[in-house]
Amino acid sequence: MAEYKGVMVCGEIGDGKLAASTLELLGGGRKLADKLGEELSVVLIGSGLGDLGKEAIAFGADKVYIVDDPLLKNYQTDAYVAVMEKVVKQVAPNILLLGTTPMGRDLAPRLAFRLDTAVSMDCVALDIDPDSKLLLQTRPVYGGNAKAVYVCEDTKPQMAAVRAKALDPLERDDARKGEVSTIEAGLDPSIIRTKVVDTVKEEVAGVKLEDADVVVTGGRGMGSTEGFKELEPLAKALGAAIGATRPPCDNGWVPASLQVGLTGKIVSPTLYIAVALSGSSQHIAGCSGAKNIIAINKDPDANIFKEARFGVVGDYKKVLPAFTAKVKELLG
Amino acid sequence: MPNMIVCVKQIADPEAPPGSFKVDEAAKRAIPAAGVSQVVSPFDEQAVEAALRIKDAHGGKITVLSLGKDFVMDVIKKPLSMGADELILLQDPAFESNDSHATAYALAMAIKKVGEYDLIFCGRQAADWDAGQVGSGIAELLAIPSITPAQKVELVDSKIKVERVVTDGYEVIEASPPLLITVSNELGEPRYPKLKGIMAAAKKEVPTWNAQDIGADPAKLGAAGARAKLLKLFIPVKEGKCEIIEGENLEEAAVNLALKLRETRLI
Repeated sequence: MAEYKGVMVCGEIGDGKLAASTLELLGGGRKLADKLGEELSVVLIGSGLGDLGKEAIAFGADKVYIVDDPLLKNYQTDAYVAVMEKVVKQVAPNILLLGTTPMGRDLAPRLAFRLDTAVSMDCVALDIDPDSKLLLQTRPVYGGNAKAVYVCEDTKPQMAAVRAKALDPLERDDARKGEVSTIEAGLDPSIIRTKVVDTVKEEVAGVKLEDADVVVTGGRGMGSTEGFKELEPLAKALGAAIGATRPPCDNGWVPASLQVGLTGKIVSPTLYIAVALSGSSQHIAGCSGAKNIIAINKDPDANIFKEARFGVVGDYKKVLPAFTAKVKELLG
Repeated sequence: MPNMIVCVKQIADPEAPPGSFKVDEAAKRAIPAAGVSQVVSPFDEQAVEAALRIKDAHGGKITVLSLGKDFVMDVIKKPLSMGADELILLQDPAFESNDSHATAYALAMAIKKVGEYDLIFCGRQAADWDAGQVGSGIAELLAIPSITPAQKVELVDSKIKVERVVTDGYEVIEASPPLLITVSNELGEPRYPKLKGIMAAAKKEVPTWNAQDIGADPAKLGAAGARAKLLKLFIPVKEGKCEIIEGENLEEAAVNLALKLRETRLI
C-alpha cells in the first residue's frame, strides 16, 4: 500500500475566484497539516483556471494541482468523481477535505464509495487526535440535537466535508511560497452520464443572506406571505437580509432560497433577529454561528429563547411594528 | 412504464421537542423518548412522493425498501397507503451497527434481487443520523448515475429531467435510466394517504428479507463492513441565558428591546 501523506483540499471555483468555502478549508487544512508536520495541497478543477494556483498558495497551500479541461467547466458528478479518483490515487493524501456545498455534498459520498473509504458530511470541527494522529471529525446528528465524533481507522484518505464558516480562512499572504503543477484530466467524455441543460438563478433582492451582517428571519408563526412582508421595513432599516425557517419555504410563502438551516443556508451574522420561529434544532444548525440572537416569540418555552441573548415574549404582530419604529428612530 | 424503487427509513419523529432528546453516551446511541412516535423519515416520504408523481403521469410500479428493526407496521406501510405497490423490509441482526457503507451495500444487494429498475429514489439524508451518503453510495455500488438532491423529477420522452437544488436556484439535468435520485424538501409536501389506500395497505403482505436472502457478504455488513467509526456521541451544553426584555405592554417591551440593542451597540 502506498504511503498516504499530507492534507488535501478539493477546491471550488465560483465566478473565476476561489470559493469562500475553499479559503476556509485551506485555513483549517493548514492547521491540521502543521499538527501532523505534513504538507497542505489543493486540487483546483475547472476550465481556464488562470492564476488561481497562486491565490491558493497565498491562502495557505504548499502545493497546487491544477486539472484544467473544457469538460470540467461546470460541476458534473461523473467527471469530477473520475478526476478526483485519479488525483487521489496519484497523490495519495492522508486527509481529503471538501466543502458542504452543492458540489461537495454530491461529490464527497460518491467519491468515498469509489475509493472504498469513509467520509463524514457536514463537519463543524476537525482536529488531530494527539495519540493516534487520526482525523477527529465532529458533525451534528439528529438534526443538530447531538454531535458525533467519527474517525476512519482502516482506510485512506480520511475524508471530511466541512460546513460553511466552521473553519477560518488565513489572511492573504502573497509572500508565501508553493508549487503549482498540473494533472491531465484524461477524461473519456462517454463516462459522463448526466447533462446539465440549464441553470436557473432565483434572484433575491437586497443583501445576500450568507454574507449579511444582520439577518431578520421569520418562522412558521408568520402565517403567510403577507406576514413575511411585515419583516421588510425592519430588514430595510437595518440593512438586513431576510431569512426563513423550513415551513414558510415548504408552504411557498417565501422562495426556498431563503431557508436557513441544516438543509438550507448557513449564516453567521453579528445580529440575528428570529421572529415567530420556535428554534428547531434543524433551524439552529443554520444560525448557531450568529454572534447575537434576538428572539420574538409568543411561546415563553420556545427553544429559541435558549439560543437567544435578548428576547421579547409576545405576538410578533404587536411587537414588530413598535420595535421597527423605535429602531428607525434610533438609526435616524 | 418505469419500474421505480424507493428506499425509506423508519426513525423517531425528528419534530419532537429538542428538550425530549437524550443520548446514551456509553452506548453511543439515542435513547428513545417516551411518547415520541416513529415516522418515515421526512425526506424519504418526499422520495415516495416524487415516485408517485411519475406514476400519476406515466404509470409504472413502485417498490419500497426499508432497512431497519422494530418496524411499526402502521408507520412503515405509509408509502403503500400513499400509493406505492410493494414494500419489502430488510431486517437482520447482521445489519445492526451498519454505517453508511454497509447500509448502502445491503440496499444495493436488495435492489439487485428486486431486479429491473429504471429509477431509484432516496431521501437526501435520514433525519436521524443526517449522514447524507447512502443514496450516492447505492448508485456507486450499482454503477449507475446519480443526481442529488432534486426538487423536481419528470419523465420527458425516454429521458429523465431533474431539477437539482443548488445555492440560489437549481440546475436542470437530463439523464437516461437507470438513474438514482435523492429528493429534498423543496419537492413540496407529500400527499396524505386516502382511506382506501390505508385499507389496502393494511391487508398487504409485506415480505422480510435477511442478509442471506439478498446474498450479502457478512464481511461487508455491520461493524465488519463499516468504514467510519463513531468515537463519541453527546448533547452540546447550552448556556441558555436569554435576557427577557419586558415593559408595561408589548409595545413598550418592543421599544425597550430596541433601546437595549442600541445600548449594547448591536444597532
